[in-house]
Amino acid sequence: MNKIPNRAAICEVLMEQAANDRDIVVLCSDSRGSASLAPFAERYPEQFVEVGIAEQNLVGIAAGLAKGGKKVFAASPACFLSTRSYEQVKVDVAYSATNVTLIGISGGVSYGALGMSHHSAQDIAAISAIPNIRVYLPSDRHQTRCLIESLLKDSLPAYIRVGRNPVEDIYEEGSVPFVLNQATVLAEGKDAAILACGEMVAPALGASRLLAKEGISAAVLDMYSIKPIDKEAVLRAAGTCGLLVTVEEHSPYGGLGAAVSQIVAERGTARVIQLSLPDAPVITGNSQEVFDYYGLNKAGIAAKIRENVKR
Amino acid sequence: MAENYKVLAYELRKQTVAIIMSGKGGHIGGDMSVMDILMTLYFRQMNLSPENQDSPDRDYLIMSKGHCVEALYAVLAEKGFFPLEQVKEEYLRFGSPFIGHPNNKLPGIEMNSGSLGHGLPVGIGIALANRMDHRKNRVYVVMGDGELAEGSVWEGAMAAGMYQLDELCAVIDRNGLQISGSTEEVMAHEDLKRRFESFGWHVEEVWQGNDSDALNQAFDRAKQVKGKPTVVIAHTVKGFGSSIMENQVAWHHHVPEEEEYRQIIHDLEERKQAVLTNSQVREEAAGHE
Repeated sequence: MNKIPNRAAICEVLMEQAANDRDIVVLCSDSRGSASLAPFAERYPEQFVEVGIAEQNLVGIAAGLAKGGKKVFAASPACFLSTRSYEQVKVDVAYSATNVTLIGISGGVSYGALGMSHHSAQDIAAISAIPNIRVYLPSDRHQTRCLIESLLKDSLPAYIRVGRNPVEDIYEEGSVPFVLNQATVLAEGKDAAILACGEMVAPALGASRLLAKEGISAAVLDMYSIKPIDKEAVLRAAGTCGLLVTVEEHSPYGGLGAAVSQIVAERGTARVIQLSLPDAPVITGNSQEVFDYYGLNKAGIAAKIRENVKR
Repeated sequence: MAENYKVLAYELRKQTVAIIMSGKGGHIGGDMSVMDILMTLYFRQMNLSPENQDSPDRDYLIMSKGHCVEALYAVLAEKGFFPLEQVKEEYLRFGSPFIGHPNNKLPGIEMNSGSLGHGLPVGIGIALANRMDHRKNRVYVVMGDGELAEGSVWEGAMAAGMYQLDELCAVIDRNGLQISGSTEEVMAHEDLKRRFESFGWHVEEVWQGNDSDALNQAFDRAKQVKGKPTVVIAHTVKGFGSSIMENQVAWHHHVPEEEEYRQIIHDLEERKQAVLTNSQVREEAAGHE
């Protein structure tokens, strides 16, 4: 089992690139440890800014640094970053079009036992509703690396959510199929397609393998890019399968399931079933306990497909 | 010399009011109070022009009290960033870039603002970027006094103090009024100097905040301060320039009726002429010596 969380992969890439690019700047809000960015702060103190526990200030200063020519990465717990500083994200980053990548760490229910204040089950909805900012939930450390490398090549605003814990590898190091803003097809299938993002990609893949043994062929799409969403990939899956199951560590409103439903509703070619966290304060426990409770695991996903697939 | 700037400030006020009349909207009271601050910075202090607006060595100004954009439009037009006539034709019209708050699609405007309390952190970021690149350009952030109730201002004040950003200069248009009354009734901050000092700032209090010379001297002194950011607290008069508007809460965003407009222009012209007459008298007196 992999021991490196996605957040650490971000730090690795930024440290490699910062060696040759003095314009890369990282900001934290007393979050360098939880963001795995302490090594960056140590090696590149001149390219690191600590703002203390002040998320509005974090994002405003990030935007100013970008205005001054920097390539800025601002990391803070997703629960606070996405809503405490929402207005700064909207005005200073998205509206002003500054070269800022916001990194929401410990996203979803990573801080599961700490309660609703620390859950970020609405960050995708919140940030996606702002024009001119992209939203990504990479699935594993290798894809996270590709994503950061890719974002360093442009100057548009982005929000990335990563979880706190190491997650199973989906891809092999050095051979990650990755095109920015395009979904990655992990398995082909004709009976159903599972569209998942972030930490839900691994159980989606597991469910597909379970179902294969029963003769149900379920495609799996890694939808790490929620905005822009890969419409063509969604429509292709809908055309082939007729049953789409979306899986996400997010509220049922305004996330991946909602985005997929919007696309499919226009054409009416498939059913969409959403698996997500509930529209209620999420039960507390560690991530896996929470996922298991809500059926956001391979057994739960497989069961949902078994119930609904036309044989 | 100083008289020229006083004359210019009255001219720019006339243009600002004309812009407001053209679009039938705006924040006239704050426009009139902040005008001398903007005019002094753009015409007497900042290294910024249409020619160098993309240079990393330019000075920066963030208009954090974005609702007073009409005054900024008048100043930027006078600086040559865009024609005044274009502003008057397009201000607040459908699809126009000349909207009711600053936006950086327009030349000369660095950041989009309008939501109060955003400018100071942004200015801090710019100042930090300049420091990282060993540049000495100045960064100005213009805020209103009502705006100081926003918590993000104080998050920024804390960080600027800690990072000793001596190239950062905040300016407070301390006109004492906001939309629903006096600042002291709405949310008091009369001990403003002490507040900023306790956050590690150098404070320049300008009691004649509508006097360009007094402001200019304060900005000059601020440049000499090392190891601390400076805040210039400019005690201004809301609605400055016409007796019908001065210190009147109702003129926060009142659009003048035709008769009021004529009165305002008359008052501004009269004060401008008084400056010219005084200066002429002084010149003649000097000539007799």
